[in-house]
Amino acid sequence: MAEAREFRQIGTSPVRPDGIDKVTGRAQFGADIILPNMIHGKVLRSPHAHAKIKSVDLSGALAIPGVFAAISGADFPGGALEGEASGEGGGSLTDIAKNVIARNKVLYHGHAVAAVAASTPRLAQEALKAIKVEYETLPPVLDVVAAMADASPLVDENNFTNLPEKPENPSNVANIGRLERGNLEEGFAAADIVIEREFKCPMAHQGYIEPHACVANIDETGRGTVWCSTQGHFEFRSATAKMLNKNIADLKFVATEIGGGFGGKTVVYLEPLATMLSEKTGRPVKMTMSREEVFRATGPASGTVARVKVGLKNDGTITAAQSWIAFEAGAFAGAPYMPGAMTIYAPYKLENFLVETFDVLVNKPKVAAYRAPGAPQAMHAFECALDEAAQLLDMDPIDLRLHNAAEEGTQASYGPKYPVIGFRECLEAAKNHPNYSAPIPEGAGRGVAAGFWFNVGMQSSAEVHINDNGTVMVVEGSPDIGGSRASMCLMAAETLGIEYAEVRAQVGDTESTGFCNVTGGSRTTFATGMAVTQACEDVIADCKRRAAMTWGLDEDQVEWEDGQAIPGPGVNADVKPLSLAELAGKAAKTGGPIQGRASLNAQGAGASFSVNFADIRVDRETGKVDVLSYTAIQDAGKAIHPAYVEGQMQGGAAQGLGWALNEEYIFDDAGILQNAGFLDYRIPVASDLPMIDTHIVEVANPRHPFGVRGVGETPIVAPLAVATNAISRSLQQRVCELPLSPPRLLAKIDG
Amino acid sequence: MVKVVLSENFALLADGCRELQLPVDNYRDVIAELIARWPQLEPLLERSSVAIDGLIYQDAMYEPLQSDSEIFFMPRIEGG
Repeated sequence: MAEAREFRQIGTSPVRPDGIDKVTGRAQFGADIILPNMIHGKVLRSPHAHAKIKSVDLSGALAIPGVFAAISGADFPGGALEGEASGEGGGSLTDIAKNVIARNKVLYHGHAVAAVAASTPRLAQEALKAIKVEYETLPPVLDVVAAMADASPLVDENNFTNLPEKPENPSNVANIGRLERGNLEEGFAAADIVIEREFKCPMAHQGYIEPHACVANIDETGRGTVWCSTQGHFEFRSATAKMLNKNIADLKFVATEIGGGFGGKTVVYLEPLATMLSEKTGRPVKMTMSREEVFRATGPASGTVARVKVGLKNDGTITAAQSWIAFEAGAFAGAPYMPGAMTIYAPYKLENFLVETFDVLVNKPKVAAYRAPGAPQAMHAFECALDEAAQLLDMDPIDLRLHNAAEEGTQASYGPKYPVIGFRECLEAAKNHPNYSAPIPEGAGRGVAAGFWFNVGMQSSAEVHINDNGTVMVVEGSPDIGGSRASMCLMAAETLGIEYAEVRAQVGDTESTGFCNVTGGSRTTFATGMAVTQACEDVIADCKRRAAMTWGLDEDQVEWEDGQAIPGPGVNADVKPLSLAELAGKAAKTGGPIQGRASLNAQGAGASFSVNFADIRVDRETGKVDVLSYTAIQDAGKAIHPAYVEGQMQGGAAQGLGWALNEEYIFDDAGILQNAGFLDYRIPVASDLPMIDTHIVEVANPRHPFGVRGVGETPIVAPLAVATNAISRSLQQRVCELPLSPPRLLAKIDG
Repeated sequence: MVKVVLSENFALLADGCRELQLPVDNYRDVIAELIARWPQLEPLLERSSVAIDGLIYQDAMYEPLQSDSEIFFMPRIEGG
């Protein structure tokens, strides 16, 4: 049990160790790797959203001087691959392999069909034009609801809905999720009011600033190294090896610095292509995507259609809830339909509910994880319905949520009873926040919504090496996206009882440290932090043993305090404490170098709740939206590095507001994305947003040595409904379809 | 007795059973008992996580159970 403790390092916010390198350009990202004799790979992509590939002729490209290799799907081993990609939206590796390069069909505009490697990027690009591909076009499936109809054209004629008994006919519905409890009929009969609405969220991209990039350098024996921008180099190694039928021991993967991922860099796109091209040519091959390729061919978040019905008593008690949500999977199964089902009601005590969710194939890019996958879309629908209910009941929206709030012992809608959680504390912090008692600016509406994410543990490894001057090197395998190296240093310093400045951390490659799952699921500070903590405890045990040897005491007569070994209470020994530096300086005489290590599968990740609210005004003449203030409140368990936690909360709010207000994939009738660039796909810029005010709630997770709950994903969940609720209140009419862009709002205003 | 609650997708493969009591004291025996009764559950169990007394385990195996423990199987959540 993590009790309230005084910390010396944890809870401080030192400047991030990678900051100067990143702002000065010294940091090495995926595209920054340059090797001798390096050549460049480019991808030929489908011009159709849905077509059969009748033939691919690479000979024209191969005949061009300076072109070293050309490959197509036929060069890859076929057949089923065991395993799944990590992260929601990952799906089976068999499908991921077909997403990396198409085999007999292209399933979305931009789907990779062939790749070349040439002496320059320009020549590689030119060579793509010499590849001849013969297609037989097919009707694209673009509307998620229409795709579910029996009569719809099929994205994959071999896809049968995953049911205990295989259906007679194929379908675009890959999977169905269903959770229920109690009696809906009785629940709705007991309600005084019933709200029923349909909500839509668009397909939206994570919008990470760094495009996908990698360099593969494979030698004539088939062994080599791949540098890539990834959230998980161990899992990229595994996926690449399986797709190429290689031994994973022959591949070393190095995670470069990463310019954002948000879930989108949990699956491979370029790495298997670059590895094959390098192996064929015997040269290092660099591949980088353009921004357009990132939009067209990497995984966005699912677009959804959600139908929600909720009944409440006049006192605000929710008596019943029913939901139906169709998630776009893109070209392959793997939409976050179950997380959507499991999160939609998670903050509340519900006796009677049903939620049905669907994983639906459409001829669009295969979706990938995006912070708390499935939760923003699902919870948007329910949080908006609750806000309308609060208006109808003339209740404060926070009071309505407090009245129904889940707490320790509540049977979560997704199954188990909650252990200690901090939802009520978040609601109370919101209610007591000065921004909530401030008057709502004239013409604006105030929107409130809750957020939730499970957070996960999974596998992590860490080693802690003590240098001979007592400084500490932490090596672990979680790519640092959100500042985890500083958090690891803080936890190591706290555990060892030394100063933060004495500790360095680095992300090891797949041959330098033990296995780590992806940096995702809000797991790194929780799980890898747990590994670092245990590795430090390993060091302390070793240091106590060495001190005991030095003093002629038994090991159990020595304690560790403030970074030094001391005789335990009642031990009569006239000795001076031995610091970590002193022990390290004498390590050669006491057994050799001091190091600790830990590998674990962290269990018991603590769920994280949030409550956000904002004041938003709509210009009724232009439809322009002004976010006047935004307040994000979230339970972090224990904020190891509070400034990073606040950064996660602010970043999640910005991304969620972008999704709510402007971001959307716009396809034409042929399934061609019309806005594959940041000019037309409009993410928020600094001038669009006010300062995001934050308040960190700390309800410790008893399963972590410092009480940590993951914080990386929950922040994106609430903003969608916050924006919708604020704008609905501002306009005095409900809006239900995102994004809440000026044209859509003007249409609503004009009736 | 340990209480095991099966969600809809499990129940579809377990003759409609939604809840059962098992005389076991560790998680491994829960799995063995469920597979013995419904072998078709094995692949689903393999790709599920589990909540034991409210704590979520992505990969449980030998966890000891109390006489009044509650077990819920859940889809694996990995996040982004």
